[in-house]
Amino acid sequence: MTVDLPVLTPKDFASDQEIRWCPRCGDYSILAQMKKVLPTLGIPREKFMFVSGIGCSSRFPYYMSTYGFHSIHGRAPAVATGIKLTRPDMQVWVITGDGDSLSIGGNHLMHAIRRNLDIKIVLFNNQIYGLTKGQYSPTSPLGARTKSTPYGSVDNPLTPVCVAIGSEATFVARSVDVDINHLTMVLERAARHKGTAFVEVYQDCNVFNNGAFAYVSKKDTKDESAIYLEHGKPLIFGKNRDKGIRVNEGNRPEIVPLGGDIKEDDLLFHDERATEPSLAFLLARMRHPEFPEPMGVFRAVDRPTYDEAVNRQMLDQLETKGPGDLDKLFHAGDTWTVT
Amino acid sequence: MSTAELLSTEVSVDAHANDKPVETVDTVVIRFCGDSGDGMQLAGTQFTNVSAIFGNDVSTLPDFPAEIRAPAGSPFGVSGFQVSFSDHDIFTPGDVVDTLVAMNPAALKTNLGDLKRGGTLIVNSDAFDKSNLSKAGFATNPLEDENYLKGYHVHKVPMTRLNRDAVEGLGLSQREADRCRNFFALGLVFWLYERDATPTIDWLKSKFAKSPTIAEANIRAIKGGQNYGHSTEAFTVHYRVAPAKLPPGEYRKITGNEAVALGLATVAKLAGKTLLYSGYPITPASDILHELSNLKHFGVRTFQAEDEIAAMAATCGAAFAGELAVTASSGPGICLKGEAMGLGMITELPMVIIDVQRGGPSTGLPTKTEQSDLLLAMFGRNGESPLPIVAAATPGDCFTMIQEAFRIAVEFMVPVIFLSDGYIANGAEPWRIPKLSELKPINVQHCDKPNGPEGEYLPYLRNERLARPWAVPGTPGLEHRIGGLEKSDITGHVDYAPPNHEHMTFTRARKVAGIADFIPPQEVEGPETGDLLVISWGGTYGTVRTAVREMGTKGHAVAHCHLRYMNPFPRNLGEILKRYKKVLVPELNRGQLRMLIRSQFLVDAIGFNKIKGKPFLVSELTDRIARVLSGEITSATEPAYTRATYTHAKGEG
Repeated sequence: MTVDLPVLTPKDFASDQEIRWCPRCGDYSILAQMKKVLPTLGIPREKFMFVSGIGCSSRFPYYMSTYGFHSIHGRAPAVATGIKLTRPDMQVWVITGDGDSLSIGGNHLMHAIRRNLDIKIVLFNNQIYGLTKGQYSPTSPLGARTKSTPYGSVDNPLTPVCVAIGSEATFVARSVDVDINHLTMVLERAARHKGTAFVEVYQDCNVFNNGAFAYVSKKDTKDESAIYLEHGKPLIFGKNRDKGIRVNEGNRPEIVPLGGDIKEDDLLFHDERATEPSLAFLLARMRHPEFPEPMGVFRAVDRPTYDEAVNRQMLDQLETKGPGDLDKLFHAGDTWTVT
Repeated sequence: MSTAELLSTEVSVDAHANDKPVETVDTVVIRFCGDSGDGMQLAGTQFTNVSAIFGNDVSTLPDFPAEIRAPAGSPFGVSGFQVSFSDHDIFTPGDVVDTLVAMNPAALKTNLGDLKRGGTLIVNSDAFDKSNLSKAGFATNPLEDENYLKGYHVHKVPMTRLNRDAVEGLGLSQREADRCRNFFALGLVFWLYERDATPTIDWLKSKFAKSPTIAEANIRAIKGGQNYGHSTEAFTVHYRVAPAKLPPGEYRKITGNEAVALGLATVAKLAGKTLLYSGYPITPASDILHELSNLKHFGVRTFQAEDEIAAMAATCGAAFAGELAVTASSGPGICLKGEAMGLGMITELPMVIIDVQRGGPSTGLPTKTEQSDLLLAMFGRNGESPLPIVAAATPGDCFTMIQEAFRIAVEFMVPVIFLSDGYIANGAEPWRIPKLSELKPINVQHCDKPNGPEGEYLPYLRNERLARPWAVPGTPGLEHRIGGLEKSDITGHVDYAPPNHEHMTFTRARKVAGIADFIPPQEVEGPETGDLLVISWGGTYGTVRTAVREMGTKGHAVAHCHLRYMNPFPRNLGEILKRYKKVLVPELNRGQLRMLIRSQFLVDAIGFNKIKGKPFLVSELTDRIARVLSGEITSATEPAYTRATYTHAKGEG
């Protein structure tokens, strides 16, 4: 049997609220690509839920015409847990930023991921606190000069995809706000993944951290600074696709020139479905400027989801014991009668 | 008589066949105390069960250290379980102890002060060796000191040896054998009070169905204890406490935490919805999580969250998802939940937050009781954030009040705080099992279609109670966004306009205040007018009621008013306060309800405050009531915070 679903367009996912991000903010592009992806999923609009914490990115739910919950700083994954456990039929997205998810909300992010709760987490990483006007964040590089680090940051940063992989993520991906087609592809892959899908998006805060990701977003540099992951394919990059990544004898990645002695078969082949996350972690550790930064899906594996398990256990108990009988419950154990 | 004969399981264990004289008494208080590894909580619980099944009214006070296994033999590792059982209805576990069972020197030292003069003391004399004596701080053996034990009926029972003999031949290690010692002591007390051990023996058989040897060993220990009492000449008399005349019905024993869990399963059933319980382990609230995780077939999901904040946030999430949502914790956890409780408040979602109070501040006294979170519940959030608060009076009342909390939450679309405390959470009492027809319904209404004039959904369009509609995500046409930012009434859109914020602040407060029309009027026990009104709340109910009754029978015009609705107060409370010349508010805190009563009603309420991690004694209250009545104590002479009676040099004052 087929069910006719109404044909939805990106417009159907726009709310009537005025968007209040700064002009040219990277968030606009992410919002646009999200509205493009949702109608392709075959899910009716009322089955989407967007949950966010606090920060510029967390205004996102107000701009979608779906169900939405703009919660408190760092807690979106925990709020989403309550929603997804009780309404497993909803597709739940968590929209968060680098401060929201990795600083104040680090604990919830880690636990949602390790449980493999079936939610989609999109982390807008702009390496700065934008809403509070320009303090350094847990992803700001060492030496970053910000309002709270006038002499440069001495606070060692985190790499979001490393955190996700370390937390046993079943889906980890990265894209860039302005790379429209790539971002659309990554969001769609995330939407279709069963389990926690973690997507980091390099997002430009043109007011407080302008051009932080220019090396992977500008035409003239991105070919040398980014490497696009494709499952089963060798890792090749460069304007002329003449460079590759090889794993050397010390199990370290190295950049090697293609042609000459080194053939494609000598390169590292991407396997997003690898059972062990070591390869994904090795890729996640490749940082600019030493290496081209990997873009795309690092890891996509299957594991039972937490919400499914919780609900199955409840249903199993209902089936085994029958619907709860209050009278029986009240009388459990020793009782006596007073006449 | 040889030990072997003494312990023969062939000896009759039927207490009623006993040929020793029986003395009838109306109420007895027993305390079992020993090392925290000695199984005193279990012995006390079993004695309570057996007495409840026999038909006595019972009231218990477990008192244990925060450490699972504090250093053996030390005074701070002592664990106690007090049970009072009676032939009439009782409200407290008793002020003084009639029979004290002390398993080691430290237990004797820390508990003897509560044994009444002329009371029975049963000690395990085998435990009074050099090492244990020194750990307890005894220079000499107090069992050999006539002055130390003067005025008590002392029974020095070599329990360790007798118990080992009783379980001999079962192939147990010495360690395993010694673990049955608590049941030997229990058996002896069973004999002393004519208890039928059958319920405990049945419990042992089912509990250790997979280890029949352990069951057998414990049963032999019980019988050994009973036979010892029966056969030795030291015990010349035993006691009888007749069944109590409680209201007719079927009864079971229940603790506060059990009653909360039963109440929550009932809420799910009555509302016809599933319930998500989110919690993080914390003493003394964890038992609620344990109980509920067994009740999944009632539509209960349990989520052991990564922290208190996550548990509260998930509760907000489940409420937004349209299901029943509840979290439980104790003071430190409630502090962490504060911000997310504010989110539940401003988004106006129905949920219940349970605070099983314990001694604070900070980690404080995790296993001891206190009533010091009332003002935290009232004011512990940023901004203008009033929430309804209910407080259970007794273990059984937790069943009723948790349902009330949910009823208010769904009728008014608001988070409700339910206050319990360590005393009623762990304490047990007989509970008359309600008939299903007696349960009050819980009406959940969901908005299922757009409610706006233009076919739109208006999430903050309020009803006559100022409650907003509750939409279930997944419903077409009701897609909407809410959040922690101030919002416009009716539409729910983000709105910082000055008049709107003031309007919303007062609207949320008016909604909570309006709950006073929904809850029952306050009742008073005792004369309708008089010299003194004693106001209590929470777990002090039983002690205050007993004390006020006692003063009433002595001819004083004293009445008792016990509050279960803390915010808003019942509509008639102000009028009640005016009918008495004086108002006394006894609390296990520095005067938190007293502060609310004074500020709300401009009444010169007098406080009586105890912050020792222990409940009030009836005698403390009757003494205080008498001194307030005589005019010796007034609000001016008794500011709670200047009353210092403790000096380290002298010990507890």
